[in-house]
Amino acid sequence: MMRPDSPRTAAANPPVQPMETNLTERDLIRRSATSSLPPPERQLTEVAKLIDVSKCIGCKACQSACIEWNDTNPAIEENVGVYTNPHDLTADMYTLMRFTEWVNPETDNLEWLIRKDGCMHCSDPGCLKACPSPGAIVQYSNGIVDFVHENCIGCGYCVKGCPFNIPRISKVDHKAYKCTLCSDRVAVGQGPACAKACPTKAIVFGTKEDMKKHADERIADLKSRGYANAGLYDPPGVSGTHVMYVLHHNDKPHIYADLPDNPRISPVVETWKGVTKYVGLAFMGVAAAGSLLHGILGRPNRVTEEDEEAAEELVERKPEARV
Amino acid sequence: MTNAWTDIKNTDLVVVMGGNAAEAHPCGFKWVTEAKANRGAKLIVVDPRYTRTASVSDFYAPIRQGTDISFLNGVIKYCIENNKVQWEYTKAFTNASYIVKDGFSYQDGLFTGYDEEKRDYDRESWDYVIGDDGFAVVDPSLQHPRCVWNLLKEHVAIYTPEFVERVCGTPKAKFLKICEMIAECSTPTKTMTSLYALGWTQHSSGAQNIRAMAMLQLILGNIGVQGGGMNALRGHSNIQGLTDLGLMSNLIPGYLNIPTEMEENFGSYMSTRQFKPLRPGQTSYWQNYKKFFVSFQKAMWGNAAQADNDWAYDYLPKLDVPSYDVLRIFELMNEGRVNGYFCQGFNPLLAFPNRAKITSALSKLKWLVTMDPLETETSRFWENHGEYNDVDTKSIQTEVFQLPTTCFAEEAGSLANSGRWLQWHWAGGTPPGEAQHDTWIMGQIFVRLRELYRKEGGAFPDPIVNLAWDYKDPGEPTPEELAKEINGRAIEDLRDPTDVTKVLVPAGKQVLNFSQLRDDGTTLSGCWIYSGNFNENGNNMARRDNHDPGDTGAYLGWTFAWPLNRRTLYNRASCDVNGKPWDPTRKIIEWDGTKWSGFDVPDIAPNAKPQDVGPFIMNQEGVSRLFTRGLMRDGPFPAHYEPFESPVDNVINPKIRGNPVARVFQNDVSQFGTSAEFPYAATSYRLTEHFHYWTKHNRVNAALQPEFFVEISEELAAEKKIERGGWVRVWSKRGSIKAKALVTKRIRPLMCDGKAVHVVGIPLHWGFIGAAKKGWGPNSLAPFVGDANIETPESKAFLVNIEPTTPPSEVVA
Repeated sequence: MMRPDSPRTAAANPPVQPMETNLTERDLIRRSATSSLPPPERQLTEVAKLIDVSKCIGCKACQSACIEWNDTNPAIEENVGVYTNPHDLTADMYTLMRFTEWVNPETDNLEWLIRKDGCMHCSDPGCLKACPSPGAIVQYSNGIVDFVHENCIGCGYCVKGCPFNIPRISKVDHKAYKCTLCSDRVAVGQGPACAKACPTKAIVFGTKEDMKKHADERIADLKSRGYANAGLYDPPGVSGTHVMYVLHHNDKPHIYADLPDNPRISPVVETWKGVTKYVGLAFMGVAAAGSLLHGILGRPNRVTEEDEEAAEELVERKPEARV
Repeated sequence: MTNAWTDIKNTDLVVVMGGNAAEAHPCGFKWVTEAKANRGAKLIVVDPRYTRTASVSDFYAPIRQGTDISFLNGVIKYCIENNKVQWEYTKAFTNASYIVKDGFSYQDGLFTGYDEEKRDYDRESWDYVIGDDGFAVVDPSLQHPRCVWNLLKEHVAIYTPEFVERVCGTPKAKFLKICEMIAECSTPTKTMTSLYALGWTQHSSGAQNIRAMAMLQLILGNIGVQGGGMNALRGHSNIQGLTDLGLMSNLIPGYLNIPTEMEENFGSYMSTRQFKPLRPGQTSYWQNYKKFFVSFQKAMWGNAAQADNDWAYDYLPKLDVPSYDVLRIFELMNEGRVNGYFCQGFNPLLAFPNRAKITSALSKLKWLVTMDPLETETSRFWENHGEYNDVDTKSIQTEVFQLPTTCFAEEAGSLANSGRWLQWHWAGGTPPGEAQHDTWIMGQIFVRLRELYRKEGGAFPDPIVNLAWDYKDPGEPTPEELAKEINGRAIEDLRDPTDVTKVLVPAGKQVLNFSQLRDDGTTLSGCWIYSGNFNENGNNMARRDNHDPGDTGAYLGWTFAWPLNRRTLYNRASCDVNGKPWDPTRKIIEWDGTKWSGFDVPDIAPNAKPQDVGPFIMNQEGVSRLFTRGLMRDGPFPAHYEPFESPVDNVINPKIRGNPVARVFQNDVSQFGTSAEFPYAATSYRLTEHFHYWTKHNRVNAALQPEFFVEISEELAAEKKIERGGWVRVWSKRGSIKAKALVTKRIRPLMCDGKAVHVVGIPLHWGFIGAAKKGWGPNSLAPFVGDANIETPESKAFLVNIEPTTPPSEVVA
């Protein structure tokens, strides 16, 4: 029997036969700051993680599994009067349950909205487009957007490029971190750690097509329970995502801890894209000195306020801001 | 649980009340989401707080903690008045038709026979009229004014929706909506499951909370059926095993009783344990009590237990009080009457109420032994941690021995889950450092003690020196040896009573299950209800066959469930009087004209004719009890009582404080607060991110929920000028703690008896040891009083005050 080219579920046990990793350089469809990427030799089946917010109990098993699998070490912070802990995504916490107390104005009933935040693995990834460092961000033909840390220069452009405010720069190694959709697991036939750990199957994983079908069933169930606006969050502004949500109130995603109603790559970044080529070339020019330079500066390269202002000036007459 | 975790998927309605299943049992809660996703089941949550379970519910209603009986009696009243009763079930399978003695009544909040001095009832009148034939008198027409049904109707009459709103603070419209949803499950083809936990047990009327829901489930016909039942979600992976194996001061394994000092000899002990049927032809299974008791004595003392010494009955301790529960032990310890204390897998300094009293009690011990895989606050109770544990170390003379043990992942054995499944597991790692198995520690201590008794004698060395201890290595019995002993074996050849030439079980072989146990000393078994767990077929607890014929969720080939691998208790009641399933699509078992069979092990003799033998075989009546006779100390029906510390008076009788028969020690009376001084209603609970006081040692869990907090409403925060994330001091009559304030919309003031009641929620996972930030637990504040029947501390409802404050100091005084 032909082995599928990607895991079809996170629930299955790992394959027992040795398996060739299926996410290789040959499977890249995009590579940051690289204009001449050879076309991939094959098209992998698109995968997706579906997060059913209506089934989520906010137990944080996904956060725990993420920490364990990626071997990160998030800080033990103070309690600031909320359930969301750590308080934000960090370079050591790639996914985060965000808790929102929302009173439904139509029913006056409280709803406790719990959304698992993390990288959406956009089909049109703003981070990758903003990235000036060749090969620091890649996209595979199955839809996974991954950071390649040895190529990362810590400039923080990906943070600006992301319409969902996801990547975080490590204070330790000055490189950008985010959810990889467990590309290292998917490559060997296993679903993401968070989906495997989820006790209520609020997080499921499979082909994007299967996930959409599953979402349809869930949406029908929610509509039967009175959630007339239940729907699938797979935003077209970024050409769809490989992490999708089932929302009870898909007409107003922003109530779920500021999930963008209509995410799109900031026009500022689109403009950078032009600048990037030029900056990127400059970088290549100093490639040999790059690591030395980085060592001297001793801090991440960030988009300075001046850079941003300059970029904003260029797009002054286009007032579209991301929500 | 009467049913199994896996059975929850079969339900139409999940009622979570007295628990927070999604929060405290996230893994088991998957079966609720299965029922919702695949059957369109609805989920109702009734809780003082809008919980994580509420966040995925279809309907939520608030309730003031400690008033569940009013709510549930109100639902019972609604169902009776609106004819939402599964009549065939109620008439045939409950004691609705039984006639109660004339003396019994209920007035002004008290049942007949109350003695204020003794804080106890004379329960003589709480019983059936017994006819000349020796059987209970019944009126199947339910017309007799003294039948249980009519007394129940009368008893619940006061619990109107208005009464419920006034006492519980639940808005009338929300209460009625829940009544409607529940009442739909009175048809034979719709079932409801009740999931509860310590939100019901940790009250001075805890056992009656559960009774009230059990009665509701019975009149709806929801006991014994798929997707139904009373499902206690146990708070610990093996706490079911703890009670099963009799780790209670008044029990011996398998829910047999430790004798009292009134029962001086075996004859007097057995005289009240004959369990003759109260209706003709009924099973009354406890008639086998003697078989199980004698087999237990043989497991304990082997050859030293013989017929002529009453099976070593004298070796058993005799209780001079109803029980030596944890509250009584710490009361005695605090009075200086306990010298030494073995604390095995327990952290009383953070678990038991009134921490100041616990600290004082431990300080009076000569020695304390703690056995635990982790550092516990109890083993460090003497260590000063600034405000977090402000003790005068120099003045404490208690000698503490810390014995590190293995944790579950480093040992083999079985864990009994909430659904009574004994699940064998294997060691996944080797113990670190000097950690040893608990069985090794106990074995080593025992062999040394026995040697001392052998050499030095003593007042009564017999029970120690004669203890049966024939393990391969007496210093460390293996889990397999212990499991086999629990299952039991034949001491002599067991012959077929109808054909003595036939040997059923040869001497030395394991019995098949408890049906082969005998009262003549020819069998032994450590815990009769577990028997069948490890027989000649092997270790049945280690089975992992996940086939599920009929898709019922029974999984009979997966591990072993007690009793007899039965997954749904009372499953005979899933069929009508003639043995046909109430709901053919949810068949468990069925009568085929000659025998019972189906997807589960029938909870009835296989050939018991359905019209003759009732489904509740453990009861002398053969039916279930809406009226529980004299079996509970605080009444045959559940009645509303306020917690000992309540923001409002008991509206039925303002003179009654708390449960009128709950035990209160004299020293604790002065330590109850009033609502004048402590106006806010506090409750305590767990959070998903942590497990009790264990996971604060783990950096991952500590990062996910780092620091102690209390939850209050926006209204209370505004009133007291408390800021989100700011420090607050919370104090009761017994202690004071500091915490971060979590100001939330999920708690709202409740209107009770004309006044606004503010709820203060206090989670329980922090202490002064571990990876998480230092903090306190609710037990610093909780009152030292327990349930009237089983002494579970009233940790879910007490009074506190609150104010903004400054951060605590770690400086050692």
